[in-house]
Order: sequence, then C-alpha cells, then structure tokens
Amino acid sequence: MKFLCVECDKQMAFEERHLPGDGTLAAAFRCPKCGRAVALLTNPMETQLVSSLGVKIGGTTVPAEPLQTIRGMVATGRNDAFTDGQSDSRTVGLSWSTEAQERLSRVPGFVRGMVKKIYADYAKERGIGEITPAVMDAARTELGLEGM
Amino acid sequence: MPLNIRTYHELTEPDRSGLGEQIAAQRRRLAERLAAVGRVIAVMSGKGGVGKSFVTANLARALARSGRPVGVLDADLNGPTVARLLEAAEGRLTPEGDAFLPASGADGVRVVSMTQLLADGQPLAFKGPAAESFVWRGAAEAGALRELLADIAWGTLDVLLLDLPPGMQRFLELGDLLPAPPAVLTVTIPTPESRDAVRRAMRAAVERRAPLLGVVENMVGGPFAGTAGADLAEEFETAVLARIPWHPAPDTWAVLAGRLG
Repeated sequence: MKFLCVECDKQMAFEERHLPGDGTLAAAFRCPKCGRAVALLTNPMETQLVSSLGVKIGGTTVPAEPLQTIRGMVATGRNDAFTDGQSDSRTVGLSWSTEAQERLSRVPGFVRGMVKKIYADYAKERGIGEITPAVMDAARTELGLEGM
Repeated sequence: MPLNIRTYHELTEPDRSGLGEQIAAQRRRLAERLAAVGRVIAVMSGKGGVGKSFVTANLARALARSGRPVGVLDADLNGPTVARLLEAAEGRLTPEGDAFLPASGADGVRVVSMTQLLADGQPLAFKGPAAESFVWRGAAEAGALRELLADIAWGTLDVLLLDLPPGMQRFLELGDLLPAPPAVLTVTIPTPESRDAVRRAMRAAVERRAPLLGVVENMVGGPFAGTAGADLAEEFETAVLARIPWHPAPDTWAVLAGRLG
C-alpha cells in the first residue's frame, strides 16, 4: 500500500497512526513536496486483515515477540499454555506498582507473558525503574499496543 | 484529461511503513530458524480420515528411536491430534531467547501443536470482527502457521514432519512461506475414493515442484478394499514406501523410517 500525491508526482510518506480501539485504524501520510496530508481509514475487517499478516502500517519500533500473532489474536487460548521460563534479565531491577500488577493480572493468561515482557522492555529502554499504569498507558500509545 | 498516475512498482521512495520489507523479514526469520533442519517433510493427503497423524506420529517415533533428532509440527490448526498421539498434549512452551522451546514428546520427538495452546474443548477462534470473517481468517491461520515454524526453537533436526490437515490449502500456504516447497509424503487408504482425492493433492504438490517421497497406504487388510497406493505410485512415478496393515507389526514403522532415507 502506497500513496501518491498526484499533483506533485511524489510518494507520500507515512506520518502517524491512530488505533482508536474500535477495531478501526487511521494512518496519515504526507506529501514531502507540497505538505498535503491524507488519512487512510480502515474498517475493522480491513484492519484485521492487515494485522493477520503480522505487519504494521507505519512500521514497527520494537521487534516482534515470538508467537505474537497467535498470542495476540487467538481468543480461545489456554491460560497456562506458556511457562515463564527462567528469570529474564530484562526484568532485573524493575518493579511493578500494585496498580500495575493488578492491571496486568486482568490480561488473559494466554497473552500475559508477552504483554509483561513488552512493558518491561519499554521501561528498561527508557531507564524507567517502576512500571505504573501511566507507564503502561504511554507504552500502549507509543508502541501501538491497543488491544493488549 | 486523464491523470498521469505512476504504478505501485514505479514508486520506489523509502517509506516508514515498509510493509514489503516487514513480510520479507518474516520470511528471513523463518528461513534462518529452519536452516538447521535437514529436511522438511509434509505428510499430506487430499482425504480426511486416512491416518495422516497416525502415520506422522509413528514415523516420528521410529526415526527418533533410530537416533535421528525429529520434530513434528501439527499444521492441522483446527483439528489438532498428533500431539496426543505423541504424548505431548499437556506439554507447555517455554521461552528461550527470541523463541519458544517445543514440548518433548514420546521418544524425545519435539512437538508443537495447537492442542497445547488451545483451551480444552475450544475451537481455534480469533479475536476480530465476526462479520465476513472468511476475509481475514485464512490470513490469520497462515500467520499462525508461519509463527509456529519461525518462532519455535526447533534446534538441529534431521527431519521436521509437518502433519497437514485434509485438503491442499495448508500445503499451498507452506509453499508460500517456506524457502522451498517441502518434500511430500502422501498417505492414502486403499479405496478408489481416497485415491481420487489424494490424486488432486499430489497433482497440486507436483505443480508446486514439491518432491514426492512416496506413498504410504494405510489401513491395509481391513474393511477398505482397493489399490490406491499402487495406482498413485504408478501415476506419479513414485514408490509405495509402506503398506501399513490394519494391525501394524512391531517393525512396520522402523521399515518405513528406513525407506525414507
């Protein structure tokens, strides 16, 4: 999927993405020459089709987690399908506030390990020592984790 | 006056989305993961109920018992059975670096199946809009299959057996995902009905330039009469690798494993 500014004959560049949480997606593209912006709006079915391919419009800022599509999309997964494994170095020196732990506990077990790791990676990369609901909100917005 | 619009392929400026590059990266990851796998073999049949999973499980065990590291991926996402046959249905996947370790089944066969991931008695259901889900469900299943190949730390394997569901769809998806078409081991029962259905699947495999390893005729000597194994082998100029009796002998599977090369 590409966008062409016909007037300038220039390929438009991706600028930003919004996931309002209702299954739809908005992605803005801008012409590098004239500055005109257009927005691509997809309905839930179209959004789902792109997600099913395991790709993100606008690209990704974090590497894909293993089995990300399965863990993120399967609705009938068993809660104990995945073990925690050995303690991950990324979680060393990182704490979770009570509120953040409570919020994490509401995430279905099938996907919880992956979500926890994504938040931990986000915090570590930014030098954040404690994960709070505010950090989780920021990560969700910044990383495009709506639905997790 | 018509607009002068360049085509998709004529637009080559770099773009942050890079959807094509994202797909290419997925393929590279899969190819790298399977680089230490000697052979990928799809156990296939155009017909349901011929015993593909039964053959897959017993062949895998025979190969493992002969000292060859073997993995089994249950590619039947909607009707997974091979994990139970390999005593790995209760296995859990453990994270290991950027992947998950497969469960260890009977005779040390490494096994991954939706049986291990789905809640008991639940069908494979995806989150997403229910209306017209056929539009995206196929893509979601192909994505799941890709991850089960690419995100499992299969390690060094002599053989990775893929237990396919009936029909050709999963084989075609594999042809798109894998760097090269998998070798095909065909399973049939003796009946002409099975022969006709399996023939279509084998034709699809040949058209995709997948090497045919041979035919396994299953449930021989039981209530199913016919010569499907020999017919298919002759038509596709391949071998009948085994005729599995209704009650397999102790060495049946070892013989098949030996013939597989």
